[in-house]
Amino acid sequence: MIAFFSRWASLPAFYRRSGRWIPWLWAAAAGLLVVGTLGGLVLAPVDYQQGDAYRILFVHVPSAWMAMFVYMFMAGASASAFIWHVKLAEILARVSAPLGAAFTALALATGSLWGARMWNTWWVWDARLTSVLLLFFLYLGFMALQAAIEDRRRAARAGAVLALVGVVNIPIIHYSVEWWNTLHQGATVSKFDNPSMTWDMLWPLLTMALGFMVYFAAAVLVRARSEILERERHRRWVIDEVAR
Amino acid sequence: MKVSLASAWWAVLRRDLLLSVRRLGELGNPVVFFAAVVSLFPLALGADATLLRSVGPGIVWVGALLATLLSLEGLFRADFEDGSLEQLLLSPHPASVLVSAKILAHWLVTGVPLLLITPLLGVLLNLSPLAQGVLFGGLLLGTPTLSLLGSVAVALTLGLPRGGLLISVLLLPLFAPVLVFGAGAVGSALLEMPVLPYFYMLGAELALAATVVPLATAAALRASLGS
Repeated sequence: MIAFFSRWASLPAFYRRSGRWIPWLWAAAAGLLVVGTLGGLVLAPVDYQQGDAYRILFVHVPSAWMAMFVYMFMAGASASAFIWHVKLAEILARVSAPLGAAFTALALATGSLWGARMWNTWWVWDARLTSVLLLFFLYLGFMALQAAIEDRRRAARAGAVLALVGVVNIPIIHYSVEWWNTLHQGATVSKFDNPSMTWDMLWPLLTMALGFMVYFAAAVLVRARSEILERERHRRWVIDEVAR
Repeated sequence: MKVSLASAWWAVLRRDLLLSVRRLGELGNPVVFFAAVVSLFPLALGADATLLRSVGPGIVWVGALLATLLSLEGLFRADFEDGSLEQLLLSPHPASVLVSAKILAHWLVTGVPLLLITPLLGVLLNLSPLAQGVLFGGLLLGTPTLSLLGSVAVALTLGLPRGGLLISVLLLPLFAPVLVFGAGAVGSALLEMPVLPYFYMLGAELALAATVVPLATAAALRASLGS
Protein backbone atom coordinates (compact mmCIF):
# COMPACT_ATOMS: atom_id res chain seq x y z
CA MET A 1 0.00 0.00 0.00
CA ILE A 2 2.60 2.48 1.15
CA ALA A 3 4.97 1.26 -1.52
CA PHE A 4 2.26 1.88 -4.11
CA PHE A 5 1.71 5.42 -2.93
CA SER A 6 5.37 6.28 -2.69
CA ARG A 7 5.88 5.02 -6.23
CA TRP A 8 2.81 6.93 -7.41
CA ALA A 9 3.90 10.11 -5.69
CA SER A 10 7.49 9.95 -6.82
CA LEU A 11 8.15 13.16 -8.66
CA PRO A 12 9.73 11.83 -11.90
CA ALA A 13 6.94 9.27 -12.34
CA PHE A 14 4.31 11.88 -11.61
CA TYR A 15 5.95 14.32 -13.97
CA ARG A 16 5.84 11.88 -16.89
CA ARG A 17 2.37 10.55 -16.14
CA SER A 18 0.78 13.98 -15.72
CA GLY A 19 2.37 15.06 -18.98
CA ARG A 20 0.29 12.42 -20.75
CA TRP A 21 -2.92 13.42 -18.93
CA ILE A 22 -2.81 17.14 -19.48
CA PRO A 23 -3.85 17.30 -23.18
CA TRP A 24 -6.87 15.07 -22.44
CA LEU A 25 -7.86 17.17 -19.46
CA TRP A 26 -7.63 20.41 -21.45
CA ALA A 27 -9.76 18.90 -24.21
CA ALA A 28 -12.37 17.62 -21.74
CA ALA A 29 -12.48 20.97 -19.93
CA ALA A 30 -12.91 22.89 -23.17
CA GLY A 31 -15.66 20.53 -24.35
CA LEU A 32 -17.57 20.68 -21.08
CA LEU A 33 -17.27 24.45 -20.81
CA VAL A 34 -18.45 25.01 -24.39
CA VAL A 35 -21.43 22.67 -23.97
CA GLY A 36 -22.26 24.14 -20.57
CA THR A 37 -22.02 27.72 -21.83
CA LEU A 38 -24.24 26.97 -24.81
CA GLY A 39 -26.70 25.16 -22.59
CA GLY A 40 -26.68 27.96 -20.06
CA LEU A 41 -26.81 30.96 -22.34
CA VAL A 42 -28.93 29.59 -25.20
CA LEU A 43 -30.85 26.44 -24.35
CA ALA A 44 -31.87 27.04 -20.73
CA PRO A 45 -35.24 28.79 -20.36
CA VAL A 46 -35.59 32.38 -19.17
CA ASP A 47 -36.21 32.72 -15.44
CA TYR A 48 -39.74 33.98 -14.72
CA GLN A 49 -38.53 36.34 -12.02
CA GLN A 50 -35.00 37.38 -12.96
CA GLY A 51 -35.23 37.32 -16.75
CA ASP A 52 -31.99 36.69 -18.60
CA ALA A 53 -29.86 38.18 -15.86
CA TYR A 54 -29.93 34.93 -13.88
CA ARG A 55 -27.71 33.33 -16.53
CA ILE A 56 -24.61 34.58 -14.73
CA LEU A 57 -25.44 31.76 -12.32
CA PHE A 58 -23.77 29.31 -14.69
CA VAL A 59 -20.44 30.95 -13.88
CA HIS A 60 -21.18 32.23 -10.41
CA VAL A 61 -22.30 29.00 -8.76
CA PRO A 62 -19.54 26.75 -10.16
CA SER A 63 -16.87 29.24 -9.16
CA ALA A 64 -18.33 29.49 -5.65
CA TRP A 65 -18.32 25.69 -5.41
CA MET A 66 -14.74 25.59 -6.67
CA ALA A 67 -13.71 28.27 -4.17
CA MET A 68 -14.72 25.89 -1.37
CA PHE A 69 -13.61 22.70 -3.08
CA VAL A 70 -10.10 24.00 -3.77
CA TYR A 71 -9.64 24.95 -0.13
CA MET A 72 -10.66 21.45 0.91
CA PHE A 73 -8.28 20.02 -1.70
CA MET A 74 -5.51 22.26 -0.40
CA ALA A 75 -6.21 21.24 3.18
CA GLY A 76 -6.25 17.55 2.21
CA ALA A 77 -2.95 17.91 0.37
CA SER A 78 -1.53 19.86 3.32
CA ALA A 79 -2.60 17.15 5.73
CA SER A 80 -0.88 14.45 3.72
CA ALA A 81 2.18 16.65 3.31
CA PHE A 82 2.24 17.24 7.04
CA ILE A 83 1.61 13.69 8.18
CA TRP A 84 3.49 11.59 5.61
CA HIS A 85 5.94 14.22 4.27
CA VAL A 86 4.77 13.55 0.71
CA LYS A 87 6.64 15.99 -1.50
CA LEU A 88 4.01 15.80 -4.22
CA ALA A 89 1.31 16.81 -1.74
CA GLU A 90 3.38 19.82 -0.67
CA ILE A 91 3.62 20.88 -4.28
CA LEU A 92 -0.09 20.35 -4.96
CA ALA A 93 -1.08 22.41 -1.91
CA ARG A 94 1.24 25.23 -2.92
CA VAL A 95 0.16 25.45 -6.55
CA SER A 96 -3.58 25.09 -5.95
CA ALA A 97 -3.80 28.16 -3.68
CA PRO A 98 -3.62 30.82 -6.45
CA LEU A 99 -6.21 28.88 -8.46
CA GLY A 100 -8.52 28.75 -5.46
CA ALA A 101 -8.04 32.47 -4.90
CA ALA A 102 -8.88 33.08 -8.56
CA PHE A 103 -12.10 31.04 -8.30
CA THR A 104 -13.01 32.94 -5.15
CA ALA A 105 -12.37 36.27 -6.85
CA LEU A 106 -14.47 35.14 -9.81
CA ALA A 107 -17.32 34.13 -7.49
CA LEU A 108 -17.15 37.51 -5.78
CA ALA A 109 -16.99 39.46 -9.06
CA THR A 110 -19.84 37.60 -10.76
CA GLY A 111 -21.87 37.78 -7.57
CA SER A 112 -21.30 41.49 -7.42
CA LEU A 113 -22.46 41.93 -11.03
CA TRP A 114 -25.51 39.80 -10.36
CA GLY A 115 -26.24 41.75 -7.19
CA ALA A 116 -25.96 45.04 -9.04
CA ARG A 117 -28.73 43.88 -11.36
CA MET A 118 -30.97 42.08 -8.86
CA TRP A 119 -30.49 43.78 -5.52
CA ASN A 120 -29.54 47.16 -7.01
CA THR A 121 -26.26 47.21 -5.14
CA TRP A 122 -22.77 45.96 -5.88
CA TRP A 123 -22.16 44.70 -2.42
CA VAL A 124 -24.16 43.91 0.68
CA TRP A 125 -22.70 42.78 3.98
CA ASP A 126 -24.58 39.55 3.79
CA ALA A 127 -23.45 36.35 5.47
CA ARG A 128 -22.56 34.32 2.39
CA LEU A 129 -20.83 37.21 0.63
CA THR A 130 -18.86 38.01 3.75
CA SER A 131 -17.77 34.44 4.37
CA VAL A 132 -16.59 34.12 0.76
CA LEU A 133 -14.68 37.38 1.18
CA LEU A 134 -13.04 36.01 4.31
CA LEU A 135 -12.24 32.80 2.44
CA PHE A 136 -10.53 34.98 -0.17
CA PHE A 137 -8.42 36.53 2.59
CA LEU A 138 -7.55 33.06 3.87
CA TYR A 139 -6.24 32.17 0.42
CA LEU A 140 -4.26 35.42 0.20
CA GLY A 141 -2.78 34.77 3.65
CA PHE A 142 -1.68 31.29 2.59
CA MET A 143 -0.11 32.67 -0.58
CA ALA A 144 1.59 35.50 1.30
CA LEU A 145 3.08 33.00 3.76
CA GLN A 146 4.32 30.79 0.91
CA ALA A 147 5.88 33.80 -0.79
CA ALA A 148 7.56 35.02 2.39
CA ILE A 149 9.42 31.80 3.19
CA GLU A 150 12.25 31.05 0.81
CA ASP A 151 13.02 27.50 1.83
CA ARG A 152 10.40 25.36 0.06
CA ARG A 153 10.32 22.60 2.66
CA ARG A 154 9.79 25.05 5.48
CA ALA A 155 7.19 26.95 3.46
CA ALA A 156 5.31 23.72 2.87
CA ARG A 157 5.32 22.77 6.58
CA ALA A 158 4.20 26.25 7.62
CA GLY A 159 1.55 26.38 4.89
CA ALA A 160 0.23 22.98 5.96
CA VAL A 161 -0.28 24.15 9.54
CA LEU A 162 -1.98 27.31 8.31
CA ALA A 163 -4.28 25.46 5.91
CA LEU A 164 -5.32 23.01 8.63
CA VAL A 165 -5.99 25.80 11.12
CA GLY A 166 -7.97 27.52 8.36
CA VAL A 167 -10.03 24.46 7.59
CA VAL A 168 -11.07 24.15 11.23
CA ASN A 169 -11.99 27.82 11.22
CA ILE A 170 -13.98 27.88 7.99
CA PRO A 171 -17.17 26.42 9.52
CA ILE A 172 -16.82 28.73 12.53
CA ILE A 173 -16.38 31.75 10.28
CA HIS A 174 -19.26 30.62 8.09
CA TYR A 175 -21.73 30.14 10.93
CA SER A 176 -20.63 33.23 12.79
CA VAL A 177 -21.34 35.50 9.83
CA GLU A 178 -24.51 33.53 9.08
CA TRP A 179 -25.70 34.44 12.52
CA TRP A 180 -24.51 37.97 12.03
CA ASN A 181 -26.50 38.74 8.88
CA THR A 182 -28.23 37.03 6.02
CA LEU A 183 -29.96 38.20 2.85
CA HIS A 184 -28.55 35.91 0.16
CA GLN A 185 -30.95 33.43 -1.41
CA GLY A 186 -30.58 29.93 -0.03
CA ALA A 187 -28.61 27.30 -1.93
CA THR A 188 -30.79 25.94 -4.72
CA VAL A 189 -29.06 22.65 -5.48
CA SER A 190 -28.49 21.32 -2.00
CA LYS A 191 -30.57 18.17 -2.47
CA PHE A 192 -29.99 16.31 -5.69
CA ASP A 193 -33.10 14.14 -5.65
CA ASN A 194 -35.41 17.13 -5.37
CA PRO A 195 -33.62 20.32 -6.39
CA SER A 196 -35.61 23.55 -6.45
CA MET A 197 -34.47 24.12 -10.02
CA THR A 198 -35.73 22.75 -13.33
CA TRP A 199 -33.68 20.14 -15.17
CA ASP A 200 -33.29 22.49 -18.15
CA MET A 201 -31.28 24.84 -15.97
CA LEU A 202 -29.69 22.16 -13.86
CA TRP A 203 -27.86 20.22 -16.55
CA PRO A 204 -25.94 23.22 -17.93
CA LEU A 205 -25.04 24.14 -14.37
CA LEU A 206 -23.72 20.69 -13.56
CA THR A 207 -21.87 20.56 -16.89
CA MET A 208 -20.25 23.89 -16.13
CA ALA A 209 -19.35 22.72 -12.64
CA LEU A 210 -17.74 19.59 -14.05
CA GLY A 211 -15.95 21.71 -16.65
CA PHE A 212 -14.58 23.99 -13.90
CA MET A 213 -13.42 20.92 -12.02
CA VAL A 214 -11.59 19.43 -14.99
CA TYR A 215 -10.09 22.82 -15.80
CA PHE A 216 -8.81 22.97 -12.22
CA ALA A 217 -7.30 19.50 -12.55
CA ALA A 218 -5.50 20.46 -15.76
CA ALA A 219 -4.29 23.80 -14.40
CA VAL A 220 -3.06 22.24 -11.15
CA LEU A 221 -1.09 19.63 -13.06
CA VAL A 222 0.52 22.23 -15.32
CA ARG A 223 1.48 24.37 -12.33
CA ALA A 224 2.67 21.35 -10.35
CA ARG A 225 4.91 20.28 -13.23
CA SER A 226 6.64 23.63 -13.44
CA GLU A 227 6.99 23.72 -9.67
CA ILE A 228 8.60 20.26 -9.79
CA LEU A 229 11.06 21.41 -12.43
CA GLU A 230 11.98 24.44 -10.38
CA ARG A 231 12.40 22.52 -7.13
CA GLU A 232 14.32 19.62 -8.56
CA ARG A 233 16.33 21.59 -11.09
CA HIS A 234 19.63 20.19 -9.84
CA ARG A 235 18.49 16.59 -10.13
CA ARG A 236 19.79 14.41 -12.91
CA TRP A 237 16.34 13.40 -14.19
CA VAL A 238 15.18 17.00 -14.56
CA ILE A 239 18.28 17.92 -16.50
CA ASP A 240 17.72 14.92 -18.77
CA GLU A 241 14.02 15.71 -19.12
CA VAL A 242 14.61 19.31 -20.11
CA ALA A 243 17.43 18.40 -22.49
CA ARG A 244 15.21 15.92 -24.28
CA MET B 1 17.40 16.15 37.63
CA LYS B 2 13.89 15.30 36.63
CA VAL B 3 11.34 18.09 36.42
CA SER B 4 7.65 17.27 36.39
CA LEU B 5 5.46 18.60 33.61
CA ALA B 6 3.51 20.80 36.00
CA SER B 7 6.62 22.46 37.40
CA ALA B 8 8.07 22.92 33.92
CA TRP B 9 4.81 24.59 32.82
CA TRP B 10 4.85 26.77 35.90
CA ALA B 11 8.49 27.69 35.33
CA VAL B 12 7.79 28.81 31.75
CA LEU B 13 4.83 30.90 32.87
CA ARG B 14 6.75 32.46 35.76
CA ARG B 15 9.74 33.24 33.58
CA ASP B 16 7.66 34.94 30.89
CA LEU B 17 5.73 36.99 33.43
CA LEU B 18 8.94 37.98 35.17
CA LEU B 19 10.52 39.05 31.88
CA SER B 20 7.56 41.28 31.08
CA VAL B 21 7.48 42.81 34.55
CA ARG B 22 11.16 43.67 34.21
CA ARG B 23 10.34 45.59 31.04
CA LEU B 24 7.41 47.63 32.28
CA GLY B 25 7.74 50.19 29.50
CA GLU B 26 6.93 47.64 26.83
CA LEU B 27 4.09 46.28 28.89
CA GLY B 28 2.19 49.55 28.54
CA ASN B 29 2.50 49.88 24.77
CA PRO B 30 -0.53 47.81 23.71
CA VAL B 31 -2.72 49.64 26.22
CA VAL B 32 -1.59 53.04 25.00
CA PHE B 33 -2.14 51.93 21.41
CA PHE B 34 -5.61 50.64 22.30
CA ALA B 35 -6.60 53.90 23.98
CA ALA B 36 -5.17 55.97 21.10
CA VAL B 37 -7.01 53.99 18.42
CA VAL B 38 -10.30 54.22 20.28
CA SER B 39 -9.93 57.95 20.76
CA LEU B 40 -9.23 58.45 17.04
CA PHE B 41 -12.71 57.26 16.13
CA PRO B 42 -14.65 60.18 17.65
CA LEU B 43 -12.29 62.50 15.77
CA ALA B 44 -13.18 60.76 12.51
CA LEU B 45 -16.87 60.13 13.12
CA GLY B 46 -17.81 63.29 15.02
CA ALA B 47 -18.55 63.68 18.68
CA ASP B 48 -22.28 62.90 18.50
CA ALA B 49 -23.04 61.05 21.77
CA THR B 50 -25.82 58.83 20.41
CA LEU B 51 -23.73 57.79 17.43
CA LEU B 52 -20.79 56.95 19.68
CA ARG B 53 -23.05 55.00 22.00
CA SER B 54 -24.20 52.77 19.13
CA VAL B 55 -20.85 52.25 17.39
CA GLY B 56 -18.72 52.41 20.56
CA PRO B 57 -18.68 48.68 21.37
CA GLY B 58 -17.57 47.87 17.83
CA ILE B 59 -14.81 50.46 18.08
CA VAL B 60 -13.57 49.00 21.36
CA TRP B 61 -13.58 45.50 19.88
CA VAL B 62 -11.67 46.51 16.77
CA GLY B 63 -9.22 48.44 18.95
CA ALA B 64 -8.64 45.44 21.23
CA LEU B 65 -8.17 43.22 18.20
CA LEU B 66 -5.58 45.52 16.62
CA ALA B 67 -3.74 45.99 19.91
CA THR B 68 -3.53 42.22 20.35
CA LEU B 69 -2.36 41.85 16.78
CA LEU B 70 0.50 44.31 17.28
CA SER B 71 1.52 42.86 20.61
CA LEU B 72 1.80 39.34 19.19
CA GLU B 73 5.04 39.86 17.33
CA GLY B 74 7.02 39.78 20.55
CA LEU B 75 5.50 36.51 21.74
CA PHE B 76 8.34 34.25 20.61
CA ARG B 77 10.87 36.69 19.14
CA ALA B 78 13.26 37.14 22.05
CA ASP B 79 13.21 33.39 22.75
CA PHE B 80 13.82 32.68 19.10
CA GLU B 81 16.77 35.04 18.91
CA ASP B 82 18.56 33.78 22.02
CA GLY B 83 17.86 30.11 21.30
CA SER B 84 15.72 29.35 24.35
CA LEU B 85 12.85 28.44 22.03
CA GLU B 86 14.88 25.55 20.68
CA GLN B 87 15.56 24.43 24.24
CA LEU B 88 11.84 24.51 24.87
CA LEU B 89 11.20 22.23 21.89
CA LEU B 90 14.06 19.93 22.90
CA SER B 91 12.76 19.44 26.43
CA PRO B 92 11.33 16.01 27.24
CA HIS B 93 7.95 17.54 27.98
CA PRO B 94 5.38 18.04 25.21
CA ALA B 95 6.08 21.36 23.51
CA SER B 96 2.37 22.08 23.14
CA VAL B 97 1.89 22.18 26.92
CA LEU B 98 4.89 24.44 27.49
CA VAL B 99 3.75 26.68 24.65
CA SER B 100 0.37 27.02 26.31
CA ALA B 101 2.12 28.56 29.30
CA LYS B 102 3.74 31.14 27.04
CA ILE B 103 0.38 31.95 25.47
CA LEU B 104 -1.24 32.32 28.87
CA ALA B 105 1.58 34.64 29.91
CA HIS B 106 1.00 36.69 26.77
CA TRP B 107 -2.68 37.04 27.56
CA LEU B 108 -1.94 38.00 31.18
CA VAL B 109 0.43 40.79 30.15
CA THR B 110 -1.51 42.14 27.14
CA GLY B 111 -5.11 40.91 27.26
CA VAL B 112 -5.71 41.68 30.92
CA PRO B 113 -4.40 45.28 30.77
CA LEU B 114 -6.66 45.85 27.75
CA LEU B 115 -9.59 44.54 29.76
CA LEU B 116 -8.74 46.78 32.70
CA ILE B 117 -8.73 49.94 30.62
CA THR B 118 -11.97 49.09 28.77
CA PRO B 119 -14.34 50.62 31.38
CA LEU B 120 -12.47 53.91 31.06
CA LEU B 121 -12.77 53.88 27.27
CA GLY B 122 -16.43 52.97 27.63
CA VAL B 123 -16.95 56.15 29.62
CA LEU B 124 -15.26 58.16 26.86
CA LEU B 125 -17.70 56.62 24.34
CA ASN B 126 -20.79 57.24 26.51
CA LEU B 127 -21.61 53.54 26.86
CA SER B 128 -24.39 52.59 29.25
CA PRO B 129 -23.49 50.48 32.31
CA LEU B 130 -25.23 47.47 30.74
CA ALA B 131 -23.26 47.79 27.49
CA GLN B 132 -20.11 48.23 29.55
CA GLY B 133 -20.73 45.02 31.44
CA VAL B 134 -21.49 42.96 28.35
CA LEU B 135 -18.50 44.44 26.54
CA PHE B 136 -16.24 43.53 29.44
CA GLY B 137 -17.60 40.00 29.61
CA GLY B 138 -17.17 39.52 25.86
CA LEU B 139 -13.60 40.76 25.95
CA LEU B 140 -12.87 38.54 28.93
CA LEU B 141 -13.94 35.49 26.93
CA GLY B 142 -12.68 36.70 23.56
CA THR B 143 -9.18 38.10 24.13
CA PRO B 144 -7.70 34.75 25.26
CA THR B 145 -8.93 33.28 21.97
CA LEU B 146 -7.20 36.12 20.12
CA SER B 147 -3.91 35.39 21.93
CA LEU B 148 -4.25 31.68 21.19
CA LEU B 149 -5.03 32.05 17.48
CA GLY B 150 -2.35 34.69 17.25
CA SER B 151 0.32 32.35 18.60
CA VAL B 152 -0.05 30.08 15.54
CA ALA B 153 0.54 32.94 13.12
CA VAL B 154 3.51 34.22 15.11
CA ALA B 155 5.03 30.75 15.19
CA LEU B 156 4.58 30.41 11.43
CA THR B 157 6.22 33.74 10.62
CA LEU B 158 9.11 33.40 13.05
CA GLY B 159 12.27 35.05 11.80
CA LEU B 160 10.77 36.25 8.54
CA PRO B 161 11.39 39.81 7.37
CA ARG B 162 8.27 41.98 7.65
CA GLY B 163 6.64 39.29 9.76
CA GLY B 164 4.38 41.79 11.49
CA LEU B 165 2.33 42.66 8.44
CA LEU B 166 2.14 39.01 7.45
CA ILE B 167 0.80 38.11 10.90
CA SER B 168 -2.07 40.57 10.39
CA VAL B 169 -2.87 39.17 6.95
CA LEU B 170 -2.97 35.63 8.31
CA LEU B 171 -4.99 36.47 11.37
CA LEU B 172 -7.69 38.92 10.42
CA PRO B 173 -9.97 36.31 8.80
CA LEU B 174 -9.45 33.99 11.75
CA PHE B 175 -10.34 36.76 14.20
CA ALA B 176 -13.65 37.47 12.45
CA PRO B 177 -15.85 35.06 14.49
CA VAL B 178 -14.61 36.44 17.80
CA LEU B 179 -15.37 39.95 16.61
CA VAL B 180 -18.83 38.92 15.38
CA PHE B 181 -19.82 37.26 18.64
CA GLY B 182 -18.15 39.81 20.90
CA ALA B 183 -19.60 42.88 19.23
CA GLY B 184 -22.86 41.02 18.59
CA ALA B 185 -23.34 40.43 22.31
CA VAL B 186 -23.26 44.16 23.02
CA GLY B 187 -25.55 44.93 20.10
CA SER B 188 -27.99 42.34 21.38
CA ALA B 189 -27.82 43.77 24.90
CA LEU B 190 -28.59 47.26 23.61
CA LEU B 191 -31.76 45.87 21.98
CA GLU B 192 -32.65 44.19 25.30
CA MET B 193 -32.24 40.76 23.76
CA PRO B 194 -30.47 37.80 25.41
CA VAL B 195 -26.68 37.94 25.40
CA LEU B 196 -25.93 34.52 26.81
CA PRO B 197 -25.92 32.73 23.42
CA TYR B 198 -23.10 35.01 22.30
CA PHE B 199 -21.17 34.30 25.48
CA TYR B 200 -21.68 30.58 24.97
CA MET B 201 -20.29 30.84 21.44
CA LEU B 202 -17.30 32.88 22.66
CA GLY B 203 -16.75 30.33 25.40
CA ALA B 204 -17.02 27.46 22.95
CA GLU B 205 -14.49 29.04 20.64
CA LEU B 206 -12.16 29.64 23.57
CA ALA B 207 -12.50 26.00 24.65
CA LEU B 208 -11.81 24.76 21.13
CA ALA B 209 -8.87 27.11 20.64
CA ALA B 210 -7.40 26.25 24.05
CA THR B 211 -7.40 22.54 23.23
CA VAL B 212 -6.31 22.62 19.58
CA VAL B 213 -4.17 25.72 19.17
CA PRO B 214 -1.21 24.75 21.41
CA LEU B 215 -0.74 21.63 19.27
CA ALA B 216 -0.83 23.69 16.07
CA THR B 217 1.53 26.29 17.53
CA ALA B 218 4.01 23.63 18.59
CA ALA B 219 3.86 22.11 15.10
CA ALA B 220 4.32 25.56 13.56
CA LEU B 221 7.34 26.25 15.78
CA ARG B 222 8.87 22.96 14.70
CA ALA B 223 8.25 23.87 11.06
CA SER B 224 9.84 27.28 11.53
CA LEU B 225 12.87 26.01 13.39
CA GLY B 226 13.29 23.19 10.90
CA SER B 227 13.42 20.34 13.39
